[in-house]
Amino acid sequence: MSAQEIDAAGLSVRNLNKRFGGLTVASDLNVDLPPGSRTALIGPNGAGKTTFAGLVTGILPPSSGTIMLDGEDITRLSAARRVKRGIVRTFQITTLLKAMTPREHIRLAILERRNLGWRMFSGASDFRDVESEAASILEQLILREDADRRVDRLPYGKQRLVEIAIALALRPRILLLDEPAAGVPSGESGVIIDAIRTLPEDLAVLIIEHDMDLVFSFAKRIVVLVSGAILTEGEPGEIAADPRVRALYLGEEAHG
Amino acid sequence: MDLSSLKSRLVVDLGLLAASIAMFFVLPDQLGFATRVITTVLFVLSLDLVLGYAGIPTLGHAAIFGIGAYAAGLYALHVSSEPLSGLLVAGIAGAVIAFLTGLLLLRVNKLTLVMISIAMAQIALEIANQASGLTGGADGLGGFELGPVLGLFAFDFYGYTAYGYALAVTWLLFLVMRRLMASPFGISCQGVREQPRRMEALGVSVYWRLVAIYTIAGSIAGVAGGLATQTTQFVSLEVLGFTVSAEALIMLIIGGTGRLYGAIIGTILFMSAHDIAAGIAPANWLFVIGALVIVVVLVTPRGLLSILPWGSR
Amino acid sequence: MQLLLSILIDGVAYGMILFMIAVGLSVTMGLMRVVNLAHSVFAMAAGFTAHWLISRFGLSFEFSALIAILVAMAIAWPLDLLLFRRIYGMDDLEQVLLTIGLVFIAIATATVLFGTEVRAVKLPAYLTGSLDIGVRVLPFHRLVVIVAGIVIAFLLWCLVEKTRFGIHLRAAVDNEGTAASLGINTSRTYSYAFLLGAALAALGGILGAELLPIEANYPLRYLVLILLVVAVGGMGSIAGSLVAALLLGIIDTAGRYFVPELGTIMFYAATIVILAVKPNGLFGRKVS
Repeated sequence: MSAQEIDAAGLSVRNLNKRFGGLTVASDLNVDLPPGSRTALIGPNGAGKTTFAGLVTGILPPSSGTIMLDGEDITRLSAARRVKRGIVRTFQITTLLKAMTPREHIRLAILERRNLGWRMFSGASDFRDVESEAASILEQLILREDADRRVDRLPYGKQRLVEIAIALALRPRILLLDEPAAGVPSGESGVIIDAIRTLPEDLAVLIIEHDMDLVFSFAKRIVVLVSGAILTEGEPGEIAADPRVRALYLGEEAHG
Repeated sequence: MDLSSLKSRLVVDLGLLAASIAMFFVLPDQLGFATRVITTVLFVLSLDLVLGYAGIPTLGHAAIFGIGAYAAGLYALHVSSEPLSGLLVAGIAGAVIAFLTGLLLLRVNKLTLVMISIAMAQIALEIANQASGLTGGADGLGGFELGPVLGLFAFDFYGYTAYGYALAVTWLLFLVMRRLMASPFGISCQGVREQPRRMEALGVSVYWRLVAIYTIAGSIAGVAGGLATQTTQFVSLEVLGFTVSAEALIMLIIGGTGRLYGAIIGTILFMSAHDIAAGIAPANWLFVIGALVIVVVLVTPRGLLSILPWGSR
Repeated sequence: MQLLLSILIDGVAYGMILFMIAVGLSVTMGLMRVVNLAHSVFAMAAGFTAHWLISRFGLSFEFSALIAILVAMAIAWPLDLLLFRRIYGMDDLEQVLLTIGLVFIAIATATVLFGTEVRAVKLPAYLTGSLDIGVRVLPFHRLVVIVAGIVIAFLLWCLVEKTRFGIHLRAAVDNEGTAASLGINTSRTYSYAFLLGAALAALGGILGAELLPIEANYPLRYLVLILLVVAVGGMGSIAGSLVAALLLGIIDTAGRYFVPELGTIMFYAATIVILAVKPNGLFGRKVS
């Protein structure tokens, strides 16, 4: 790969703006998510973190600015198409299908990834390679025991794991984790942290989080978002020492 | 007994099959009624696909049924009295209408969808009414005879052939639908109903998935309409009425959505009750149905299938 | 020219009736997100009551109308208390079904009480005359309906913009959660809105008895009409109901005059076109 190609690899957001009527929820955002990066997006509530996720994944069209994937402009690309290109997210509030099992969820994700979602005359579980891939993901995320139980009967921490499993099944290149540990009792969050640690190396991961322990143990780069704009960004050490950031989180330490 | 296991499904299937075949011998004078029940079952099954599985809240499904009914009638009258090709025509008519209307219908939010579906059905009714030269208007379309099924089974006066024909077609399509809903496509449609955002996040183009299942269900509704016309050798404006859509909805909800069997049971129960009560007094029947629906919704919102011990998933 | 004037008058009058009946439904659907297919029952109940009081007891039109409206509200109140509060949280489908059940019960009851024929609501003498303005003879009834519609629209506007109830109403339509957290008693707001809607529907039913004849099948026959006015206007919007009702009323009347072979198809086609372009209705908000 030429130097230029290497530069362009991964996701790039340039001058991204989003306005709702008179309200600006994202202003002049510039973010790079190269392959292998581990970035955390932090900021107070209402700062626009989830809006950012929506803009990147294509659910929200930007008011102006561009989004590039590997040098290609994908600003106009639909959300479903972006998933096919490898931009995957997990949801802050679990959006699982209540009556389905983890295995069924992962199977569904793999089937869709492989464009088998239009097959009408085979049974959903008839594809042997799909099944074995699902099994290995379940294994990887230590969900094997609960693989065939309805997700609404699983503890919340396991449900969040299923979200991550689904994301992995889609073979992402850019992964957005929206508060993966949110709402998970501290006893169960260890599994999630482990799962995040063992994500593929060449994956670009952006994690939106409030849990500072998780952020500092995971991220190699931190972006601080306040009122829709980037306050500052840098390595964890720099951010931790930055007085503006500390002021922001004074009083929020109870959460971390 | 749990309907998602193969063994119990086999038992229920065989039971239903046996019961329906037994009709030939046990209640031969009720075959006309039984045939109507079966064509309605097919219609309600197609509604289950749309509503129960895909979550598309349409109150205009009767329009597609009616168009299939008229298509089969006109085909028999003007083109050929061969029944199977007539069914094919009805199915295609249903699919085409469903596809075209689905393109619009599936773009709007659910509440608007309900409204537009009602409007579309009314338009169909009005058009059929106005085009009375073609459709016979309020008098209906009749005077056509159907040739023997597969060249072998002629439609007889007692209704044996009609019943067997309707039963065979419906049974076949039921198996097809079951296969369909267990396929990757079918599963994805259920996902779209429950969590459209999640499905989109899996790379699914929700809109086209819904258009597809709506079209498929439309073709089945068309076939149901065609079957109704062929087995009664008559079609009139009622097939397009709002009451048909409303009653189908009630039958489906009573039986339980999203499992296909609910459509079957709900239809059988509703139509049997109607048949018994209609003899007593039509106005009271409406009252009973209204009260029944309210009770069902308040007490067992998931339909009868969910309170029976063998209905849960 | 004369024809156009006729169409305008008839269309606007028709639209005003639709507005009166539909506005209550639009507000409650916008507020409670409840699909209430039984709304026209109030119009029918009032129509039948007025008919009965006038023809059976010889009471005056005005008095009968008043009683009839109160009767409609008396039916609405327990319905709200016992039924609608409970179905508020239910699935769309279940609400549709439940209200269909109500429609069926209402039709059955009306059939038992009044048979299946159309029942006329006899208008008082001063409403049956007409006004000769030279160009055309305008029936008083239509004029009164139009004036009544304008007055009601104005009063509703005052209610919504100027009174505290109106503020509560708008807040609750906009965002129920926020309204509740601001201390607004949303369920009481709903109940008042529901009763008001029923009263207006009742009035529309009585005044509109010439245009929408009172019969046992009334709720079903005009169900589609009213629902579509609500959809086209945008749920929760009073202005929307007015505009949609007038628009559709005029289109329908014009259609009947100019292309009678198409019957009411113009009306339905127009609604589909409008909804295709603006799925949330002319004045509606995006339903989340």
